[in-house]
Amino acid sequence: MEAKRITLFAGHYGSGKTNIAVNFAMGLARKGKKVALGDLDIVNPYYRAKDSQRELEAAGVRVIASAYANSNVDVPAIPQEMYALTEDHGSYAVADIGGDDRGALALGRYVPAIVQENDYDMLFVFNRSRPLTRDAQSALGILREIEAACQLPFTGIVHNTNLGRETTAETILSAIPVAEELSSLTGLPLRFTAARCDIALLLPADMGEIFPMELQKTIW
Amino acid sequence: MAEKILMKGNEALAEAAIMAGCRHYFGYPITPQTEVAAYMSRRMPKIGGCFLQAESEIAAINMVIGAAAAGKRAMTSSSSPGISLKSEGISYMAGCDLPALIVNVQRGGPGLGGIQPSQSDYFQATRGGGHGDYHLLVLAPSSVQEMADLVFQGFDLAEKYRMPCMLLADGTMGQMMEPVELHERAGEAVQKPWALTGTEGKRRPNIINSLALEPAELEKWNEERFQRYDVVRQKEQMSESYRMEDAEICVVAFGIAARVSQNAVDAARAKGIKAGMIRPITLWPFPEKTLKSAAERCRSFISVELNMGQMIEDVRLSIECKRPVSLCCRTGGMIPSPDEVLSAIERAAEGGK
Repeated sequence: MEAKRITLFAGHYGSGKTNIAVNFAMGLARKGKKVALGDLDIVNPYYRAKDSQRELEAAGVRVIASAYANSNVDVPAIPQEMYALTEDHGSYAVADIGGDDRGALALGRYVPAIVQENDYDMLFVFNRSRPLTRDAQSALGILREIEAACQLPFTGIVHNTNLGRETTAETILSAIPVAEELSSLTGLPLRFTAARCDIALLLPADMGEIFPMELQKTIW
Repeated sequence: MAEKILMKGNEALAEAAIMAGCRHYFGYPITPQTEVAAYMSRRMPKIGGCFLQAESEIAAINMVIGAAAAGKRAMTSSSSPGISLKSEGISYMAGCDLPALIVNVQRGGPGLGGIQPSQSDYFQATRGGGHGDYHLLVLAPSSVQEMADLVFQGFDLAEKYRMPCMLLADGTMGQMMEPVELHERAGEAVQKPWALTGTEGKRRPNIINSLALEPAELEKWNEERFQRYDVVRQKEQMSESYRMEDAEICVVAFGIAARVSQNAVDAARAKGIKAGMIRPITLWPFPEKTLKSAAERCRSFISVELNMGQMIEDVRLSIECKRPVSLCCRTGGMIPSPDEVLSAIERAAEGGK
């Protein structure tokens, strides 16, 4: 996928936005692009983009996140530095938006500048294995709630069906018809299918763009 | 067989409660368990249940008392500081012999502490927490699947023994996402002839109360309650043993600490150290029978905890101090790494502490 100047990942809670945003920013940096990753998640207390800060910065990605992210206090704050996403036109910007409509509220502040510059992608991340998005209609409902909350319409869909460690190629393949139905219901193109690196190798070559991801390792 | 879905621990336990027939949830938000309330607020109105965000934790637990007294499956959830606030109500429930499910997704303490995971409410959960002589059933899940499974079991046990049951999780368990399979299952049908359901003029009124006017009467209630606790101790101890068949070094850990420790046990085995793990699933009753029999074979025990050493007391009591017990712990929201646990195993294997 050819990246626009700004790429925003939003979607339902637990759809996998953070992993995709982190990998997307890393991908741009590896191509030699100047890129900043903004953690706009004001919902999640744990498991945030900041978990990957060391890897991201080693790859040359500027990480913009609240000083309180991953700390011991629960302050849904966004730093002033976040304006760099919309103001620094010399850098690519990738943003990880918090889940559901509540998470997307935080994006609203930046929407006028994003619309004015008009060089962005707003991508809906869809995981069919999550309980509240088992079918296209349910996913559509959440998609519209997010658009209403942040006042920015989506421009595409990212298919990220997964079951965490138990994901297989079949997990992803069996959800494709639902992702395609969501695409036709909304008229939005299916931009790519995300999958962990080892699983991405097992997916058929003719299924459109595949986005292989490295995932954070846990100690358990 | 239900299809697997990806859920957060907090969501899984909430959905499991609904599947177990709970239609009365009273809560108050606090990180890292707020998703339970958020999930209930979305689901309960759709199934004719009651979701109520109370004005405080104290109000919420008293609403649970009311619903439980009426014979309903009721629950509340909170995290450490909120559980302290609920403790008065929990003591009243114990005194009234009321079953209900109380979820504690623990965070660091004492005081306001922090929002990162912890297991430092072990004493509070297993020793009472509120005032008076009482116990809670305390269940400790170590996966998202178990967060759901133990909710079903928790309600059943609570009703069987007329005791409040606490699901003692930690922030990691609440926040992590894992695949789960949720099955509809028929709970044990427990009759509740004691419940306040209205006499319709056909029977004498039931009274649910923790006040005894006569000291001798209160003593009798306490003694009867403890006879019931003895049955629970005999019948309901649950634990999981991992590579314990020939183990010489026994790691004891629950919840997220057990997940980390299992990797450390494997690493120790790869180095030729005969390590194993006992994972208590019930923290009260503590699986003392399993621990006691392990003390016949194992020469050293290690208690791995996210606190300054609380369960270690139960490990020592269970094995009657026959073997050395060392502590491997982190606090404040930190989690011991598998390497830290491995080092503790190596020290124990060398005979040190």
